Amino acid sequence: MVATVVGCTALADLLQSFEMKRHVVAVEDLQPGRLGRMLARLARRGPLVLAVFFMAISFFAFMKLLSVADVSFAVPVTAASVVIETVLAKLVLKETVTVKRWAGACLVAFGVALLAM
Amino acid sequence: MAAGRAVDLKTKLLTLFVVATNVLGNVSMSWGMKHQSAQLGLSPWAYIRLIFSPWVLLGTMLLILWLLSRMTLLGWADLSYVLPVTAIGYVLTAILGKYFLGEEISYQGWMGTGLIVAGIVLVGLTQPNTTNSEQSR
Repeated sequence: MVATVVGCTALADLLQSFEMKRHVVAVEDLQPGRLGRMLARLARRGPLVLAVFFMAISFFAFMKLLSVADVSFAVPVTAASVVIETVLAKLVLKETVTVKRWAGACLVAFGVALLAM
Repeated sequence: MAAGRAVDLKTKLLTLFVVATNVLGNVSMSWGMKHQSAQLGLSPWAYIRLIFSPWVLLGTMLLILWLLSRMTLLGWADLSYVLPVTAIGYVLTAILGKYFLGEEISYQGWMGTGLIVAGIVLVGLTQPNTTNSEQSR
């Protein structure tokens, strides 16, 4: 269950980051009146629809996990994805991951693991 | 640069919104899930009934807002920036879990919390957007 959550989350995040950076949402679009139009535009982008599909799988797997474990276990344990996704962000999305950012990501993942135990 | 700072502030405000909807969404979901008696099997009906119970519904709404605001944030900042920085949500979820859901945080848990905060500070010092995509307007 944990593996499903982490794997689907990583895929969904990569797709979202890739697609949202290609067409950036402007700050003016974040008003209530324009949200509908923004949503309609987002719904027409293939990679985002796929991302939402993976998010849905990870969401229901997460719900099932919550019903058998504490929220303070279930939430932290899915954080293995922080390091995995940082590696993928560098390799696939070509982000500049500086030493500071690596160190930060590792500290966060380690901290989350401690919190989960 | 003033423009750079404005982009930065906007990114940070949206980050706060993303974290708030995430934490409140998780806690109310958990509240709803713990205060239901049905056994969750493979039948979809149990899940559908559960989704329309008040706390789970509120949690779901908040998590939908979280999803949308996070998508927007991913357009404004790097994935390798967003992930560690929004991890403050783990800490806040654990703390709310302690006070509202009666869950325990161990000594180890507090150490983990310290590490997460240190990691967030480090990542927060880096430039939020490093790819040469279209800058947010």
